[in-house]
Amino acid sequence: MYEKFYRSLYRIRRVEERIAEVYPTDKIKSPVHLSIGQEAVSVGVCEALRPDDVVFGTYRSHALFLAKGGNLKAMIAELYGKATGAARGKGGSMHLIDLEAGVLGTSAVVGTTIPNAVGYAYAIKYRRENRLVVSFLGDGGTDEGVFQESLNFAALKKLPIIFICENNGYAIHTHQRLRHPALNICERARVVGMPAERIEDNDTIRIFERVKNAVDLIANGAIGPHFLECMTYRWKEHVGPNEDYQLGYRSKDEAEPWIRNDQVIKIGALLGEKEKRAIEDAVDAEIADAFACADADPFPEESELFTDVFK
Amino acid sequence: MERMLQYTEAIREAADQEMERDESVLVFGLDVDDPKAIQGTAKGLLSKFGAERVFGTPLSEDAMTGAAIGMALAGLRPIHVHIRMDFLMLAMNQLVNVAAKSRYMFGGKVSIPMVVRSMIGKSWGQGAQHSQGLYSFFMHVPGLKVAAPTTPYDAKGCLIAAIRDDNPVMYVEHRILHFQKGPVPEALYTVPPGKARITAKGTDVTLVGISYMQVECLRAHHYLAETGIGAEVIDPIWLNPLDIETIVESVRKTGRLFVVDNGWTTCGASAEIAAQVVEALQGVRDIRVKRMGFASVTCPTTPPLEDLYYPNARTIAAAAHSMVNGASKEWMPEERKDLQSIEFKGPF
Repeated sequence: MYEKFYRSLYRIRRVEERIAEVYPTDKIKSPVHLSIGQEAVSVGVCEALRPDDVVFGTYRSHALFLAKGGNLKAMIAELYGKATGAARGKGGSMHLIDLEAGVLGTSAVVGTTIPNAVGYAYAIKYRRENRLVVSFLGDGGTDEGVFQESLNFAALKKLPIIFICENNGYAIHTHQRLRHPALNICERARVVGMPAERIEDNDTIRIFERVKNAVDLIANGAIGPHFLECMTYRWKEHVGPNEDYQLGYRSKDEAEPWIRNDQVIKIGALLGEKEKRAIEDAVDAEIADAFACADADPFPEESELFTDVFK
Repeated sequence: MERMLQYTEAIREAADQEMERDESVLVFGLDVDDPKAIQGTAKGLLSKFGAERVFGTPLSEDAMTGAAIGMALAGLRPIHVHIRMDFLMLAMNQLVNVAAKSRYMFGGKVSIPMVVRSMIGKSWGQGAQHSQGLYSFFMHVPGLKVAAPTTPYDAKGCLIAAIRDDNPVMYVEHRILHFQKGPVPEALYTVPPGKARITAKGTDVTLVGISYMQVECLRAHHYLAETGIGAEVIDPIWLNPLDIETIVESVRKTGRLFVVDNGWTTCGASAEIAAQVVEALQGVRDIRVKRMGFASVTCPTTPPLEDLYYPNARTIAAAAHSMVNGASKEWMPEERKDLQSIEFKGPF
């Protein structure tokens, strides 16, 4: 189990670091919202899911896309704007999709995919399928009215859905304290009768266990939706490859405990040195290949401008 | 003998028949399952298809539109009903940012087969927020189709076409049209996107009437006939894709385009139609262009002002008369009782 966790965590971290390295070359013509520091949430959640469960994400979904099994080559090619990209180069970093892996799409407008996930869960229930949806949202997403509307409907219809609030504390540069009168996002789920809990420590294994519990409950028909608030921390700037502690809206001191709790290191430490190295070598080679392919792949034909407006 | 149905019954029948044919079709929205069943357009569907396929929703236009998109992503074909088009303003993010764009921004990997039914109100003081015809908002956005059927025949055929379409379709109904009766075949048929209909022949001026204004244009056609003016009346039926060729061909003949819209003229459907016709015919033929729509104000409720706010058959006829005979020959027809109710006769 730890091998799988580590492989996924390390892979996401290295992909994001590689994106940050390449970014100054301007080969990636797409805003990137890096997941560094938040990998544990996506990995913990997705390791608890079954292959045919589906996820909906936010604009910060590189980690989610990869953790759910999204195609790495297609993701990098998408960032490079290539025809081989996940969305044929027409979506970019904020609109990643991989239907085969169950990544149903991510969105640039905050809160937007929450009701889409709910509707998908309605379809699953309507068809009596034994699978579920996970809706990833940020703490910023909970500010939007559609968040409460969506939770209400999901609870009303007892839908097979798990809401994962990745609370990294900030909506761009504004802390939750400046947006909410109380730090009680879970209460907003409880008010519609939804079981909700907060996981404080960005711990991959704890997140995995709590999600697995919810998945099992839903699979056995015991409850409808479930809500988890996962406290986490974004190490890089809101958008872009750099750090931003110099801006002054947050301090490096605030980040330090999260960085000391680096899940890539912590889970890695549970492995033997040899197996750890083998995983890293394989992942490094895969990433190098993905970036090389993206670089070499062709851009879309000019005629692609007009395709796929309508089916 | 042709079977006559009311517009609302034509909608109901289309939904009923499609739901029977295809289990993936669902109907939901505020009050679709209440005793009034949206002017009867959803009558009987709940008892026939059950509460999983026919359900009233919380007052959450934003989330329910998003949920419809999610259902469509999962392969269902939801019909989301709004008793007022004005309420769609609460759903614009999902309609414009998600429904319209998903296919394109995900590189053709998904499609969003959903229908959004919404109603435009008029009269009896419905006022500022119960009267707007805002379909031009949706015409503006690539990825959305827009239908505004006028007749019961088209109401059924457009709804079936919309349900079967693999793209999001905005289906616009005018509440006054709900009372129209006309011939409607019982068998399933479609009125497919992108085909307008010439509803009255003429050679002097082309009248394009959108949604309810189609009725007023047909009345105007009769008023104009009194003065010997032949008005060709066209119902676009679908506003996106728009059958501009049929309109252009008519204007090529008449030399005069007069678009009467059930909305404001500025940046509206009438502006788009006029621009496209001018682009097609400039340098080819000398043409005159006129538009009429809601007055450029918020809809008032008091009857004397409300009457002035809307175009009607007589003001349309008078303006068309000026186009043909020049503004110096002012003319306003006397009100004719026999034109107050125009039934749609077909054939179609």
